[in-house]
Amino acid sequence: MQTFIAEFGFIWGAFLATLSLTALSGALALLGGIVLAAFRVSPIGPLRTFATVYVEIVRNTPLTLMFFFWVFVAPAFGFVFPQLGFWPAIVSLSIYTSAFVCEAMRSGINSVGIGQAEAARSIGFTFGQTLSQVVLPQAWRSAIPPLISVLIALTKNTSVAAGFAFTELTASSQRLINANPVDGMWIFFGIGLMYLVITIPLGVLAGSIEKKVAFAR
Amino acid sequence: MKSEASVLYDAPGPKAIRRDRVYNVVFSLAFLVLFGYLAYRMYRNGIFDERWLIFIDPPKGQDAVDVWLSLWRGLLATLTAAAIAAPIALLFGGLVAVLRRGARRRLLSGSAAVTTELARGLPVLLLMFLAKLVFGWSPLWSVVFGLVVYNAAVVAEILRAGLAALPKGQREAGLSVGLSSMRTTVLIEMPQAVRIMLPALVSQIVVLLKDTSLGYIVGYQELLRVVKLNRDYFGDYYTVPLFIAGALVYILINLSISRLAIWLEGRMRRSKHTVRNGDDSAAMHEGGAEASRLAANTGRAAEGRLGP
Repeated sequence: MQTFIAEFGFIWGAFLATLSLTALSGALALLGGIVLAAFRVSPIGPLRTFATVYVEIVRNTPLTLMFFFWVFVAPAFGFVFPQLGFWPAIVSLSIYTSAFVCEAMRSGINSVGIGQAEAARSIGFTFGQTLSQVVLPQAWRSAIPPLISVLIALTKNTSVAAGFAFTELTASSQRLINANPVDGMWIFFGIGLMYLVITIPLGVLAGSIEKKVAFAR
Repeated sequence: MKSEASVLYDAPGPKAIRRDRVYNVVFSLAFLVLFGYLAYRMYRNGIFDERWLIFIDPPKGQDAVDVWLSLWRGLLATLTAAAIAAPIALLFGGLVAVLRRGARRRLLSGSAAVTTELARGLPVLLLMFLAKLVFGWSPLWSVVFGLVVYNAAVVAEILRAGLAALPKGQREAGLSVGLSSMRTTVLIEMPQAVRIMLPALVSQIVVLLKDTSLGYIVGYQELLRVVKLNRDYFGDYYTVPLFIAGALVYILINLSISRLAIWLEGRMRRSKHTVRNGDDSAAMHEGGAEASRLAANTGRAAEGRLGP
Protein backbone atom coordinates (compact mmCIF):
# COMPACT_ATOMS: atom_id res chain seq x y z
CA MET A 1 0.00 0.00 0.00
CA GLN A 2 2.78 2.39 0.99
CA THR A 3 4.69 1.67 -2.18
CA PHE A 4 1.64 2.37 -4.26
CA ILE A 5 1.19 5.78 -2.64
CA ALA A 6 4.91 6.61 -2.58
CA GLU A 7 5.35 5.67 -6.23
CA PHE A 8 2.10 7.14 -7.45
CA GLY A 9 3.89 9.64 -9.67
CA PHE A 10 5.60 6.80 -11.52
CA ILE A 11 2.37 4.83 -11.77
CA TRP A 12 0.49 7.87 -13.04
CA GLY A 13 3.06 8.27 -15.79
CA ALA A 14 2.61 4.61 -16.70
CA PHE A 15 -1.16 5.05 -16.69
CA LEU A 16 -0.83 7.94 -19.14
CA ALA A 17 1.47 5.79 -21.28
CA THR A 18 -1.19 3.06 -21.40
CA LEU A 19 -3.84 5.65 -22.24
CA SER A 20 -1.81 7.18 -25.06
CA LEU A 21 -1.03 3.75 -26.52
CA THR A 22 -4.75 2.94 -26.42
CA ALA A 23 -5.86 6.25 -27.90
CA LEU A 24 -3.38 6.50 -30.73
CA SER A 25 -3.44 2.87 -31.84
CA GLY A 26 -7.21 2.83 -31.36
CA ALA A 27 -7.62 5.75 -33.75
CA LEU A 28 -5.28 4.21 -36.33
CA ALA A 29 -6.96 0.81 -36.03
CA LEU A 30 -10.40 2.38 -36.47
CA LEU A 31 -9.26 4.06 -39.66
CA GLY A 32 -7.62 0.91 -41.01
CA GLY A 33 -10.52 -1.28 -39.94
CA ILE A 34 -13.11 0.84 -41.75
CA VAL A 35 -11.08 0.76 -44.95
CA LEU A 36 -10.69 -3.02 -44.60
CA ALA A 37 -14.42 -3.45 -44.00
CA ALA A 38 -15.17 -1.43 -47.13
CA PHE A 39 -12.72 -3.65 -49.01
CA ARG A 40 -14.41 -6.76 -47.69
CA VAL A 41 -17.84 -5.83 -49.00
CA SER A 42 -16.68 -4.15 -52.21
CA PRO A 43 -17.59 -5.50 -55.66
CA ILE A 44 -13.93 -5.64 -56.66
CA GLY A 45 -12.49 -9.12 -56.23
CA PRO A 46 -8.82 -8.38 -55.47
CA LEU A 47 -9.74 -5.91 -52.71
CA ARG A 48 -12.08 -8.46 -51.14
CA THR A 49 -9.44 -11.14 -51.27
CA PHE A 50 -6.80 -8.85 -49.80
CA ALA A 51 -9.00 -7.81 -46.87
CA THR A 52 -10.14 -11.38 -46.19
CA VAL A 53 -6.61 -12.76 -46.17
CA TYR A 54 -5.38 -9.88 -44.00
CA VAL A 55 -8.11 -10.37 -41.41
CA GLU A 56 -7.75 -14.17 -41.36
CA ILE A 57 -3.99 -14.02 -40.85
CA VAL A 58 -3.96 -11.24 -38.28
CA ARG A 59 -6.83 -12.70 -36.27
CA ASN A 60 -4.99 -15.99 -35.97
CA THR A 61 -1.65 -14.44 -35.02
CA PRO A 62 -0.80 -13.92 -31.35
CA LEU A 63 -0.22 -10.26 -30.52
CA THR A 64 3.10 -11.16 -28.92
CA LEU A 65 4.21 -12.55 -32.27
CA MET A 66 3.23 -9.26 -33.92
CA PHE A 67 5.33 -7.32 -31.42
CA PHE A 68 8.18 -9.76 -31.92
CA PHE A 69 8.02 -9.14 -35.65
CA TRP A 70 8.23 -5.36 -35.43
CA VAL A 71 10.90 -5.38 -32.74
CA PHE A 72 13.22 -8.20 -33.83
CA VAL A 73 12.36 -9.20 -37.39
CA ALA A 74 11.49 -5.96 -39.20
CA PRO A 75 15.08 -4.63 -38.95
CA ALA A 76 16.17 -7.57 -41.12
CA PHE A 77 13.81 -6.26 -43.80
CA GLY A 78 15.51 -2.90 -43.58
CA PHE A 79 12.76 -1.43 -41.43
CA VAL A 80 14.26 0.07 -38.31
CA PHE A 81 12.38 2.16 -35.78
CA PRO A 82 14.23 5.26 -34.59
CA GLN A 83 13.71 4.08 -31.04
CA LEU A 84 12.28 1.00 -29.39
CA GLY A 85 9.23 1.08 -27.17
CA PHE A 86 6.45 3.40 -28.24
CA TRP A 87 6.33 3.21 -32.04
CA PRO A 88 6.72 -0.54 -32.52
CA ALA A 89 3.92 -0.89 -29.95
CA ILE A 90 1.70 1.54 -31.86
CA VAL A 91 2.32 -0.25 -35.15
CA SER A 92 1.75 -3.74 -33.71
CA LEU A 93 -1.40 -2.78 -31.82
CA SER A 94 -2.86 -0.86 -34.77
CA ILE A 95 -2.31 -3.66 -37.25
CA TYR A 96 -3.64 -6.28 -34.84
CA THR A 97 -6.69 -4.30 -33.75
CA SER A 98 -7.68 -3.16 -37.24
CA ALA A 99 -8.60 -6.76 -38.10
CA PHE A 100 -11.05 -6.85 -35.19
CA VAL A 101 -12.41 -3.41 -36.06
CA CYS A 102 -13.04 -4.73 -39.57
CA GLU A 103 -14.97 -7.70 -38.16
CA ALA A 104 -17.04 -5.42 -35.90
CA MET A 105 -17.86 -3.12 -38.82
CA ARG A 106 -18.74 -6.07 -40.99
CA SER A 107 -21.11 -7.47 -38.37
CA GLY A 108 -22.65 -3.99 -38.23
CA ILE A 109 -23.07 -3.92 -42.00
CA ASN A 110 -24.62 -7.39 -41.88
CA SER A 111 -27.12 -6.23 -39.28
CA VAL A 112 -28.60 -3.60 -41.60
CA GLY A 113 -31.76 -4.92 -43.17
CA ILE A 114 -31.46 -6.17 -46.74
CA GLY A 115 -34.39 -3.95 -47.71
CA GLN A 116 -32.35 -0.83 -46.95
CA ALA A 117 -29.67 -1.64 -49.51
CA GLU A 118 -32.29 -2.85 -51.97
CA ALA A 119 -34.23 0.38 -51.60
CA ALA A 120 -31.07 2.38 -52.20
CA ARG A 121 -30.24 0.33 -55.29
CA SER A 122 -33.76 0.61 -56.64
CA ILE A 123 -33.52 4.41 -56.72
CA GLY A 124 -30.29 4.06 -58.66
CA PHE A 125 -27.58 4.47 -56.03
CA THR A 126 -24.17 3.10 -56.92
CA PHE A 127 -22.24 0.80 -54.60
CA GLY A 128 -20.35 3.73 -53.07
CA GLN A 129 -23.51 5.73 -52.53
CA THR A 130 -25.42 2.78 -51.10
CA LEU A 131 -22.62 2.11 -48.66
CA SER A 132 -21.88 5.67 -47.58
CA GLN A 133 -25.39 7.20 -47.67
CA VAL A 134 -27.61 4.33 -46.55
CA VAL A 135 -25.84 1.31 -45.09
CA LEU A 136 -22.91 2.72 -43.09
CA PRO A 137 -24.92 5.35 -41.18
CA GLN A 138 -27.14 2.54 -39.93
CA ALA A 139 -24.33 0.02 -39.53
CA TRP A 140 -22.56 2.44 -37.18
CA ARG A 141 -25.31 2.19 -34.61
CA SER A 142 -25.08 -1.53 -34.16
CA ALA A 143 -21.32 -1.59 -34.71
CA ILE A 144 -20.60 0.76 -31.80
CA PRO A 145 -21.06 -1.78 -28.95
CA PRO A 146 -18.72 -4.37 -30.54
CA LEU A 147 -16.33 -1.53 -31.42
CA ILE A 148 -16.22 -0.54 -27.76
CA SER A 149 -15.52 -4.19 -26.89
CA VAL A 150 -12.62 -4.04 -29.33
CA LEU A 151 -11.41 -0.86 -27.63
CA ILE A 152 -11.60 -2.56 -24.23
CA ALA A 153 -9.62 -5.51 -25.56
CA LEU A 154 -7.11 -3.03 -26.98
CA THR A 155 -6.71 -1.34 -23.60
CA LYS A 156 -5.79 -4.68 -22.07
CA ASN A 157 -3.65 -5.66 -25.04
CA THR A 158 -1.41 -2.62 -24.57
CA SER A 159 0.03 -4.61 -21.65
CA VAL A 160 1.96 -6.76 -24.14
CA ALA A 161 4.18 -3.71 -24.75
CA ALA A 162 5.56 -4.41 -21.26
CA GLY A 163 7.50 -7.32 -22.75
CA PHE A 164 9.01 -5.13 -25.47
CA ALA A 165 10.78 -2.29 -23.72
CA PHE A 166 7.91 0.07 -23.08
CA THR A 167 6.99 1.14 -19.55
CA GLU A 168 3.22 1.15 -19.33
CA LEU A 169 1.04 0.00 -16.43
CA THR A 170 1.88 -3.70 -16.47
CA ALA A 171 5.60 -3.04 -16.85
CA SER A 172 5.40 -0.57 -13.96
CA SER A 173 3.71 -3.21 -11.81
CA GLN A 174 6.49 -5.64 -12.65
CA ARG A 175 9.16 -3.14 -11.70
CA LEU A 176 7.46 -2.06 -8.47
CA ILE A 177 6.73 -5.61 -7.31
CA ASN A 178 10.31 -6.64 -7.99
CA ALA A 179 11.53 -3.69 -5.94
CA ASN A 180 9.00 -4.14 -3.11
CA PRO A 181 8.03 -7.81 -2.98
CA VAL A 182 6.25 -7.43 0.38
CA ASP A 183 3.76 -4.97 -1.07
CA GLY A 184 3.12 -7.14 -4.15
CA MET A 185 -0.57 -7.78 -3.57
CA TRP A 186 -1.37 -4.10 -3.00
CA ILE A 187 0.56 -3.03 -6.06
CA PHE A 188 -1.32 -5.60 -8.11
CA PHE A 189 -4.68 -4.34 -6.83
CA GLY A 190 -3.67 -0.74 -7.46
CA ILE A 191 -2.52 -1.37 -11.01
CA GLY A 192 -5.54 -3.60 -11.66
CA LEU A 193 -7.75 -0.75 -10.49
CA MET A 194 -6.10 1.60 -13.00
CA TYR A 195 -7.08 -0.79 -15.80
CA LEU A 196 -10.60 -1.21 -14.45
CA VAL A 197 -10.96 2.59 -14.35
CA ILE A 198 -10.64 2.47 -18.14
CA THR A 199 -12.34 -0.80 -19.00
CA ILE A 200 -15.41 -0.88 -16.73
CA PRO A 201 -16.85 2.52 -17.75
CA LEU A 202 -16.34 1.53 -21.38
CA GLY A 203 -18.16 -1.74 -20.74
CA VAL A 204 -21.05 0.07 -19.08
CA LEU A 205 -21.18 2.53 -21.98
CA ALA A 206 -21.28 -0.35 -24.47
CA GLY A 207 -24.09 -1.99 -22.52
CA SER A 208 -26.22 1.15 -22.43
CA ILE A 209 -25.70 1.94 -26.11
CA GLU A 210 -26.58 -1.64 -26.89
CA LYS A 211 -29.90 -1.32 -25.08
CA LYS A 212 -30.68 1.88 -26.96
CA VAL A 213 -29.90 0.30 -30.30
CA ALA A 214 -31.63 -2.98 -29.56
CA PHE A 215 -35.22 -1.88 -29.99
CA ALA A 216 -34.48 0.18 -33.09
CA ARG A 217 -34.61 -2.97 -35.23
CA MET B 1 -19.06 -13.46 -48.49
CA LYS B 2 -20.75 -13.40 -51.86
CA SER B 3 -24.31 -13.41 -50.60
CA GLU B 4 -23.84 -10.55 -48.17
CA ALA B 5 -21.85 -8.49 -50.62
CA SER B 6 -24.27 -8.88 -53.48
CA VAL B 7 -27.01 -7.11 -51.55
CA LEU B 8 -25.01 -3.94 -51.73
CA TYR B 9 -24.77 -3.74 -55.50
CA ASP B 10 -26.80 -4.76 -58.54
CA ALA B 11 -26.23 -7.81 -60.64
CA PRO B 12 -23.81 -6.23 -63.10
CA GLY B 13 -24.92 -5.35 -66.59
CA PRO B 14 -22.62 -5.43 -69.67
CA LYS B 15 -21.11 -2.05 -68.87
CA ALA B 16 -20.52 -2.85 -65.21
CA ILE B 17 -19.01 -6.22 -66.10
CA ARG B 18 -16.52 -4.48 -68.37
CA ARG B 19 -15.78 -1.87 -65.70
CA ASP B 20 -15.34 -4.53 -62.99
CA ARG B 21 -13.01 -6.45 -65.25
CA VAL B 22 -10.87 -3.35 -65.65
CA TYR B 23 -10.87 -2.75 -61.88
CA ASN B 24 -10.00 -6.39 -61.26
CA VAL B 25 -7.03 -6.21 -63.56
CA VAL B 26 -5.90 -2.83 -62.22
CA PHE B 27 -6.05 -3.84 -58.57
CA SER B 28 -4.56 -7.27 -59.19
CA LEU B 29 -1.67 -5.56 -60.94
CA ALA B 30 -1.36 -3.03 -58.12
CA PHE B 31 -1.10 -5.82 -55.55
CA LEU B 32 1.33 -7.74 -57.73
CA VAL B 33 3.54 -4.66 -58.03
CA LEU B 34 3.31 -4.02 -54.29
CA PHE B 35 4.20 -7.59 -53.32
CA GLY B 36 6.82 -7.76 -56.03
CA TYR B 37 8.43 -4.61 -54.64
CA LEU B 38 8.35 -6.05 -51.11
CA ALA B 39 9.88 -9.29 -52.32
CA TYR B 40 12.55 -7.33 -54.17
CA ARG B 41 13.40 -5.34 -51.05
CA MET B 42 13.57 -8.60 -49.10
CA TYR B 43 15.86 -9.99 -51.77
CA ARG B 44 18.06 -6.88 -51.60
CA ASN B 45 18.27 -7.32 -47.84
CA GLY B 46 19.42 -10.89 -48.39
CA ILE B 47 16.37 -12.59 -46.95
CA PHE B 48 16.57 -15.41 -49.52
CA ASP B 49 20.27 -16.20 -49.07
CA GLU B 50 21.89 -19.12 -47.28
CA ARG B 51 20.43 -18.18 -43.88
CA TRP B 52 17.66 -20.70 -44.58
CA LEU B 53 20.27 -23.43 -44.27
CA ILE B 54 19.75 -23.18 -40.53
CA PHE B 55 17.03 -25.81 -40.95
CA ILE B 56 19.33 -28.17 -42.86
CA ASP B 57 22.88 -27.40 -41.83
CA PRO B 58 23.04 -24.93 -38.93
CA PRO B 59 26.30 -23.21 -37.93
CA LYS B 60 28.20 -23.45 -34.63
CA GLY B 61 28.57 -27.20 -34.97
CA GLN B 62 24.89 -27.81 -34.30
CA ASP B 63 22.84 -30.47 -35.97
CA ALA B 64 19.68 -29.66 -37.92
CA VAL B 65 17.95 -32.11 -35.62
CA ASP B 66 18.84 -29.90 -32.63
CA VAL B 67 17.12 -26.90 -34.18
CA TRP B 68 14.04 -28.86 -35.15
CA LEU B 69 13.91 -30.58 -31.78
CA SER B 70 14.12 -27.32 -29.86
CA LEU B 71 11.29 -25.83 -31.92
CA TRP B 72 9.27 -29.00 -31.37
CA ARG B 73 9.83 -28.74 -27.61
CA GLY B 74 8.69 -25.12 -27.73
CA LEU B 75 5.53 -26.15 -29.56
CA LEU B 76 4.92 -28.90 -27.00
CA ALA B 77 5.32 -26.36 -24.17
CA THR B 78 2.81 -24.05 -25.86
CA LEU B 79 0.33 -26.89 -26.30
CA THR B 80 0.91 -28.11 -22.73
CA ALA B 81 0.00 -24.73 -21.25
CA ALA B 82 -3.10 -24.58 -23.44
CA ALA B 83 -4.06 -28.18 -22.69
CA ILE B 84 -3.88 -27.61 -18.95
CA ALA B 85 -5.60 -24.24 -18.99
CA ALA B 86 -8.47 -24.95 -21.42
CA PRO B 87 -10.31 -27.68 -19.45
CA ILE B 88 -9.94 -25.82 -16.15
CA ALA B 89 -11.19 -22.59 -17.73
CA LEU B 90 -14.18 -24.41 -19.27
CA LEU B 91 -14.99 -26.04 -15.93
CA PHE B 92 -14.83 -22.81 -13.93
CA GLY B 93 -16.60 -20.86 -16.64
CA GLY B 94 -19.43 -23.39 -16.68
CA LEU B 95 -19.62 -23.29 -12.90
CA VAL B 96 -19.85 -19.51 -12.79
CA ALA B 97 -22.47 -19.45 -15.55
CA VAL B 98 -24.57 -22.01 -13.65
CA LEU B 99 -24.25 -20.03 -10.43
CA ARG B 100 -25.29 -16.81 -12.14
CA ARG B 101 -28.32 -18.41 -13.70
CA GLY B 102 -29.40 -21.02 -11.20
CA ALA B 103 -28.47 -19.75 -7.74
CA ARG B 104 -31.49 -18.48 -5.84
CA ARG B 105 -29.38 -16.46 -3.45
CA ARG B 106 -28.60 -13.01 -4.73
CA LEU B 107 -25.28 -12.96 -2.91
CA LEU B 108 -24.03 -16.03 -4.76
CA SER B 109 -25.10 -15.01 -8.25
CA GLY B 110 -24.09 -11.41 -7.57
CA SER B 111 -20.58 -12.28 -6.49
CA ALA B 112 -20.21 -14.54 -9.53
CA ALA B 113 -21.18 -11.58 -11.69
CA VAL B 114 -18.67 -9.24 -10.02
CA THR B 115 -15.89 -11.80 -10.27
CA THR B 116 -16.36 -12.30 -14.01
CA GLU B 117 -16.50 -8.55 -14.54
CA LEU B 118 -13.20 -8.05 -12.70
CA ALA B 119 -11.45 -10.98 -14.35
CA ARG B 120 -12.45 -9.76 -17.81
CA GLY B 121 -11.33 -6.22 -17.20
CA LEU B 122 -7.72 -7.10 -16.33
CA PRO B 123 -4.95 -7.84 -18.84
CA VAL B 124 -3.96 -11.51 -18.94
CA LEU B 125 -0.33 -10.50 -18.65
CA LEU B 126 -0.98 -8.67 -15.38
CA LEU B 127 -2.61 -11.82 -14.00
CA MET B 128 0.43 -13.85 -15.07
CA PHE B 129 2.71 -11.37 -13.31
CA LEU B 130 0.54 -11.67 -10.21
CA ALA B 131 1.08 -15.43 -10.13
CA LYS B 132 4.74 -15.19 -10.95
CA LEU B 133 5.91 -12.25 -8.87
CA VAL B 134 3.47 -12.22 -5.95
CA PHE B 135 2.60 -15.90 -5.55
CA GLY B 136 6.04 -16.97 -6.72
CA TRP B 137 4.72 -19.68 -9.04
CA SER B 138 6.70 -21.36 -11.79
CA PRO B 139 6.45 -19.84 -15.29
CA LEU B 140 4.20 -22.67 -16.55
CA TRP B 141 1.71 -22.30 -13.71
CA SER B 142 1.81 -18.51 -13.96
CA VAL B 143 0.83 -18.81 -17.61
CA VAL B 144 -1.89 -21.32 -16.76
CA PHE B 145 -3.18 -19.07 -13.96
CA GLY B 146 -3.53 -16.05 -16.23
CA LEU B 147 -5.17 -18.08 -18.97
CA VAL B 148 -7.61 -19.79 -16.60
CA VAL B 149 -8.78 -16.66 -14.79
CA TYR B 150 -9.41 -14.66 -17.94
CA ASN B 151 -10.83 -17.42 -20.11
CA ALA B 152 -13.09 -18.80 -17.39
CA ALA B 153 -14.65 -15.35 -17.15
CA VAL B 154 -15.13 -15.18 -20.91
CA VAL B 155 -16.52 -18.72 -21.10
CA ALA B 156 -18.97 -17.81 -18.34
CA GLU B 157 -20.04 -14.80 -20.38
CA ILE B 158 -20.43 -16.84 -23.57
CA LEU B 159 -22.54 -19.43 -21.76
CA ARG B 160 -24.61 -16.70 -20.16
CA ALA B 161 -25.41 -15.33 -23.59
CA GLY B 162 -26.31 -18.87 -24.68
CA LEU B 163 -28.59 -19.34 -21.67
CA ALA B 164 -30.25 -16.00 -22.37
CA ALA B 165 -30.88 -17.06 -25.96
CA LEU B 166 -32.89 -20.15 -24.97
CA PRO B 167 -36.67 -19.99 -25.28
CA LYS B 168 -38.31 -19.30 -21.91
CA GLY B 169 -40.36 -22.49 -22.12
CA GLN B 170 -37.31 -24.63 -21.47
CA ARG B 171 -36.83 -23.20 -17.99
CA GLU B 172 -40.55 -23.18 -17.26
CA ALA B 173 -40.82 -26.82 -18.26
CA GLY B 174 -37.97 -27.77 -15.95
CA LEU B 175 -39.46 -25.88 -13.00
CA SER B 176 -42.96 -27.23 -13.66
CA VAL B 177 -41.87 -30.87 -13.43
CA GLY B 178 -40.50 -30.07 -9.97
CA LEU B 179 -36.81 -29.58 -10.64
CA SER B 180 -35.11 -26.98 -8.50
CA SER B 181 -33.81 -23.83 -10.14
CA MET B 182 -30.25 -25.14 -10.00
CA ARG B 183 -31.19 -28.51 -11.46
CA THR B 184 -33.17 -26.90 -14.24
CA THR B 185 -30.12 -24.88 -15.16
CA VAL B 186 -27.72 -27.82 -15.04
CA LEU B 187 -29.93 -30.54 -16.56
CA ILE B 188 -32.15 -28.66 -19.00
CA GLU B 189 -30.62 -25.36 -19.99
CA MET B 190 -26.86 -25.88 -19.88
CA PRO B 191 -26.69 -28.74 -22.40
CA GLN B 192 -28.61 -26.62 -24.90
CA ALA B 193 -26.61 -23.48 -24.18
CA VAL B 194 -23.32 -25.32 -24.66
CA ARG B 195 -24.64 -26.68 -27.91
CA ILE B 196 -25.63 -23.37 -29.44
CA MET B 197 -22.50 -21.64 -28.18
CA LEU B 198 -20.13 -24.38 -29.31
CA PRO B 199 -18.65 -22.33 -32.19
CA ALA B 200 -17.95 -19.42 -29.84
CA LEU B 201 -16.40 -21.77 -27.29
CA VAL B 202 -14.15 -23.31 -29.92
CA SER B 203 -13.14 -19.82 -31.07
CA GLN B 204 -12.25 -19.00 -27.50
CA ILE B 205 -9.75 -21.88 -27.62
CA VAL B 206 -7.96 -19.93 -30.36
CA VAL B 207 -7.80 -16.89 -28.09
CA LEU B 208 -6.43 -19.05 -25.30
CA LEU B 209 -3.84 -20.61 -27.57
CA LYS B 210 -2.80 -17.18 -28.82
CA ASP B 211 -2.41 -15.93 -25.26
CA THR B 212 -0.01 -18.76 -24.36
CA SER B 213 2.54 -16.68 -26.27
CA LEU B 214 2.45 -14.21 -23.36
CA GLY B 215 4.57 -16.89 -21.71
CA TYR B 216 7.34 -15.33 -23.77
CA ILE B 217 7.21 -12.31 -21.45
CA VAL B 218 6.94 -14.17 -18.13
CA GLY B 219 9.82 -16.48 -19.00
CA TYR B 220 7.98 -19.66 -19.97
CA GLN B 221 9.88 -21.51 -22.69
CA GLU B 222 7.11 -21.79 -25.23
CA LEU B 223 7.41 -21.61 -29.00
CA LEU B 224 8.11 -17.89 -29.32
CA ARG B 225 10.66 -17.93 -26.49
CA VAL B 226 12.40 -20.86 -28.17
CA VAL B 227 12.52 -18.92 -31.44
CA LYS B 228 14.12 -16.04 -29.53
CA LEU B 229 16.60 -18.37 -27.77
CA ASN B 230 17.63 -19.93 -31.08
CA ARG B 231 18.05 -16.46 -32.55
CA ASP B 232 20.17 -15.33 -29.61
CA TYR B 233 22.32 -18.42 -29.97
CA PHE B 234 22.79 -18.46 -33.74
CA GLY B 235 22.79 -14.69 -34.17
CA ASP B 236 20.66 -11.93 -35.63
CA TYR B 237 21.33 -13.16 -39.17
CA TYR B 238 19.00 -16.13 -38.63
CA THR B 239 16.06 -14.18 -37.18
CA VAL B 240 13.90 -14.27 -40.30
CA PRO B 241 13.80 -18.03 -41.03
CA LEU B 242 13.33 -18.88 -37.35
CA PHE B 243 10.56 -16.33 -36.96
CA ILE B 244 8.78 -17.47 -40.11
CA ALA B 245 8.88 -21.09 -38.92
CA GLY B 246 7.35 -20.09 -35.57
CA ALA B 247 4.75 -17.81 -37.13
CA LEU B 248 3.66 -20.49 -39.60
CA VAL B 249 3.09 -22.98 -36.79
CA TYR B 250 1.00 -20.51 -34.79
CA ILE B 251 -1.06 -19.40 -37.77
CA LEU B 252 -1.66 -22.92 -39.10
CA ILE B 253 -2.84 -24.26 -35.74
CA ASN B 254 -5.08 -21.28 -35.01
CA LEU B 255 -6.43 -21.18 -38.53
CA SER B 256 -7.47 -24.82 -38.38
CA ILE B 257 -9.24 -24.35 -35.04
CA SER B 258 -10.99 -21.25 -36.43
CA ARG B 259 -12.08 -23.31 -39.45
CA LEU B 260 -13.43 -25.96 -37.08
CA ALA B 261 -15.53 -23.27 -35.37
CA ILE B 262 -16.89 -22.04 -38.70
CA TRP B 263 -17.65 -25.59 -39.81
CA LEU B 264 -19.47 -26.30 -36.54
CA GLU B 265 -21.50 -23.15 -36.99
CA GLY B 266 -22.50 -24.06 -40.51
CA ARG B 267 -23.43 -27.56 -39.46
CA MET B 268 -25.53 -26.22 -36.63
CA ARG B 269 -27.37 -23.79 -38.87
CA ARG B 270 -28.38 -26.69 -41.11
CA SER B 271 -29.12 -29.07 -38.26
CA LYS B 272 -32.66 -29.99 -37.25
CA HIS B 273 -31.69 -30.70 -33.67
CA THR B 274 -30.85 -27.21 -32.45
CA VAL B 275 -33.19 -25.30 -30.23
CA ARG B 276 -36.07 -23.73 -32.11
CA ASN B 277 -38.39 -20.90 -31.23
CA GLY B 278 -42.16 -21.08 -31.63
CA ASP B 279 -41.96 -19.87 -35.21
CA ASP B 280 -39.43 -22.61 -36.00
CA SER B 281 -36.59 -20.13 -36.53
CA ALA B 282 -33.32 -21.18 -34.95
CA ALA B 283 -32.96 -19.76 -31.45
CA MET B 284 -29.84 -17.96 -32.54
CA HIS B 285 -30.76 -15.74 -35.42
CA GLU B 286 -28.51 -15.58 -38.40
CA GLY B 287 -25.27 -13.89 -37.51
CA GLY B 288 -25.79 -14.70 -33.86
CA ALA B 289 -22.92 -17.12 -33.76
CA GLU B 290 -20.89 -14.64 -35.77
CA ALA B 291 -21.54 -12.04 -33.11
CA SER B 292 -20.68 -14.48 -30.37
CA ARG B 293 -17.44 -15.37 -32.08
CA LEU B 294 -16.65 -11.68 -32.14
CA ALA B 295 -17.45 -11.68 -28.45
CA ALA B 296 -15.10 -14.59 -27.96
CA ASN B 297 -12.33 -12.62 -29.57
CA THR B 298 -12.91 -9.44 -27.65
CA GLY B 299 -13.95 -10.96 -24.34
CA ARG B 300 -17.38 -9.44 -24.16
CA ALA B 301 -20.66 -10.99 -25.19
CA ALA B 302 -22.82 -8.89 -27.43
CA GLU B 303 -26.03 -9.71 -25.62
CA GLY B 304 -28.32 -7.43 -27.57
CA ARG B 305 -27.68 -9.26 -30.80
CA LEU B 306 -28.14 -12.76 -29.47
CA GLY B 307 -31.39 -14.62 -29.19
CA PRO B 308 -34.84 -13.85 -30.45
